[in-house]
Amino acid sequence: MEVSRRRLFGYSGVTLAAGAAAGAGLVSVAQATEGNGPVDEEAVPFYGAHQAGIATPVQDRLHFAAFDVVTDDRRRLIRMLKEWTAAAAAFTGGHPYGSAAGGLGESPPDDTGEALGLPPARLTLTIGFGPTLFEKDGKDRFGLKAKRPAALIDLPHFPGDNLDPARSGGDICVQACADDPQIAVHAIRNLARIGFGVVAVRWSQLGFGKTSSTTPDKQTPRNMFGFKDGTRNIAGSEGKALNDDVWASGSDGPSWMAGGSYVVARRIRMHIETWDRTSLQEQQDTFGRTKGEGNAYGAKREHDPVPLDKLPADSHVRLAHPDSNGGLRILRRGYSFTDGTDGLGRLDAGLFFIAYQRDPRKQFVPLQNRLAASDHMNEYVQHVGSGIWACPPGVRKGGYWGDGLFG
Amino acid sequence: MRPVHLLAAASAALVSVSALSACGKDDKAGAKGGAGAIEVTATDSSCDLGTKSTSAGAVTFKVTNKGSQVNELEILAPDGKIVSERENIGPGTGAEVTVQLSAGTYKVMCSAGMTGKGPSQALTVTGQGKATDPRLDQAVAAYRTYVADQVADTLDKATKFAAAVKAGDVEQAKALYAPSRVGWESIEPVAESFGDIDPKVDLREADLKPGDKWTGWHRIEKALWKTGSIKDEGPYADQLVKDLQTLKAKVGTASITATSMANGAKELLDEVATGKVTGEEETFSHTDLVDFKANVDGAQKVYELLKPVVQERNADLAATLDDEFAKVQKLLTKYQKGDGYVAYDTVGAKDRKDLSNEVNALGEPLSKLAGVVAR
Repeated sequence: MEVSRRRLFGYSGVTLAAGAAAGAGLVSVAQATEGNGPVDEEAVPFYGAHQAGIATPVQDRLHFAAFDVVTDDRRRLIRMLKEWTAAAAAFTGGHPYGSAAGGLGESPPDDTGEALGLPPARLTLTIGFGPTLFEKDGKDRFGLKAKRPAALIDLPHFPGDNLDPARSGGDICVQACADDPQIAVHAIRNLARIGFGVVAVRWSQLGFGKTSSTTPDKQTPRNMFGFKDGTRNIAGSEGKALNDDVWASGSDGPSWMAGGSYVVARRIRMHIETWDRTSLQEQQDTFGRTKGEGNAYGAKREHDPVPLDKLPADSHVRLAHPDSNGGLRILRRGYSFTDGTDGLGRLDAGLFFIAYQRDPRKQFVPLQNRLAASDHMNEYVQHVGSGIWACPPGVRKGGYWGDGLFG
Repeated sequence: MRPVHLLAAASAALVSVSALSACGKDDKAGAKGGAGAIEVTATDSSCDLGTKSTSAGAVTFKVTNKGSQVNELEILAPDGKIVSERENIGPGTGAEVTVQLSAGTYKVMCSAGMTGKGPSQALTVTGQGKATDPRLDQAVAAYRTYVADQVADTLDKATKFAAAVKAGDVEQAKALYAPSRVGWESIEPVAESFGDIDPKVDLREADLKPGDKWTGWHRIEKALWKTGSIKDEGPYADQLVKDLQTLKAKVGTASITATSMANGAKELLDEVATGKVTGEEETFSHTDLVDFKANVDGAQKVYELLKPVVQERNADLAATLDDEFAKVQKLLTKYQKGDGYVAYDTVGAKDRKDLSNEVNALGEPLSKLAGVVAR
């Protein structure tokens, strides 16, 4: 039998003997279980007007993958996107895609199986299409060039950038977020497997310790510098702010992006060792807020209004604050990362910055230009990877990821 | 070589299949072949099977959900246990489930809303199994000829290679080294099924266990390319030839079925993915691309022999495999140099990634071949 994650969630006593049974074919893995078990409170709906994983509550873990399309065959690409959609709907619902432990003994299982028995863990899968999907080296690859939104720009070089091409760009991105890293990794692994021959992973990034929250009542998380960051992030409940600053509207550009959003991801390496040797005073000056409570200079509590003139002119909070940028806001959804150590014995760690917005030309680009030029924090960070993708609106039942673009 | 002997391991699991096929040759029910899937029509309140009985063996259910709720197909054994199931069959969609069934009375259940309950219908399974498709028997016979030819080729070229080594002719031995391995690499999974030969002829230095005596191609490879001194290698060259002669004498007895052929093809691509793309196989000579090509050719031979059956049973898979084999062969031509290939240490990271992408693109559908010929 195929053991669904949904079922096992309710019947934790069920043991798996899947591998042993698979070859025999006839042997059942477990007794049939009756009923649906408990309702999944941990499943985030996959279908809807907007893609999940943007304004929905931020989960604890990330696996973000950028793919190159390796076929010229538009039909195969569409077929894969349909299969991805079906798989994503299954994974986010806590189900395997196809057979994980049943099926023919002579065939590899459809689903890799490491998520069997685990709850959905609020898994969300969010897809985006990069500039190179529309046009690469002057070539209109899939007849999409005319549909490229003007807002899906090629990001300019920002002062201080030291981008590794192998960690940048990608024709398609998939952001997998879940409260359990195994769930997020399982999703990316299986999408990559389904995609072989059509797409190939260009790079991927694991993240932990969410560094932003879209639920302001929860405590603001801390980044690898030990500071709270993103206090004024757009919350999932701020309908107006989402419409103004996150969701693209039909009048902004191509209709296939109405209800979608533009994501910018930056792999920001932190110079951990030098930061750790920095005095508390300078650390706090760098941010313009205290390390403990997280209150801005001149304010008592973290969420109190920020008296900007009390903060050092080159402090991060002052420069990034909406009030210093004509009210400009972005929805941040970044994660900390630590990919072990580099060859020099330094922690390869930092922030995998993810920001959703309505128009990067008016939001991320001016903001980053400002920060790259003046932010005191630049002494301790370096941007080493970068990407931008257009995330289409949510999928309706019967539709597939990108149907508005390819249809 | 890899330390895993898939064909040998698989043969245990395959015993039942070959035993069944032997006595099922004249079983008329077998004429249904793989195309004879049992149609199941599910609605929210019914579960209709296109037949009440079928013969034992691999049975495919093709379910269509004409209801308004998400449905689930369950095949229940005579004792009530679930043999197989397929969940999340959306309204207006369908799914295929293939399962090995022996004689008995089963229940096929459609569970609208996936509650684990629902209407069911009985299915009587009779007989001992299905006849194999005669085309698969032909494919096995043709593959045996291919294997014998490749072994003969590798023995012939290894004999010349050994002569050059014994003559102390380093340049000549270097030139003959990679070609002598081509036949071996193209049928390696079959050769590996004789567990003792593979470690003698194809062990890599990194795979040596304490106390192992290192013999075979890679030992001489190291002497040729690393130390440049082959004066002590004569006995090892003789031993290589002797071991390959043993392989030639034994290879006719290898247990080969259509399924093991298909698994072998998949395993050849695994070899490429884990040993050649990384440049680990030919650490000293960097002739990995010659092995790469031989592995792919060996896999392609298997596929071509099984293709008539694959086309009939899974035309999409056949089309994908045609496409991906053509792509990988085309990609390899980029690295051709003279009669062989460029040294792999001259292939940069980006090109290696392109090769790796293509190996994954071919390896993934190739892994589905065994399931298609087994049913």
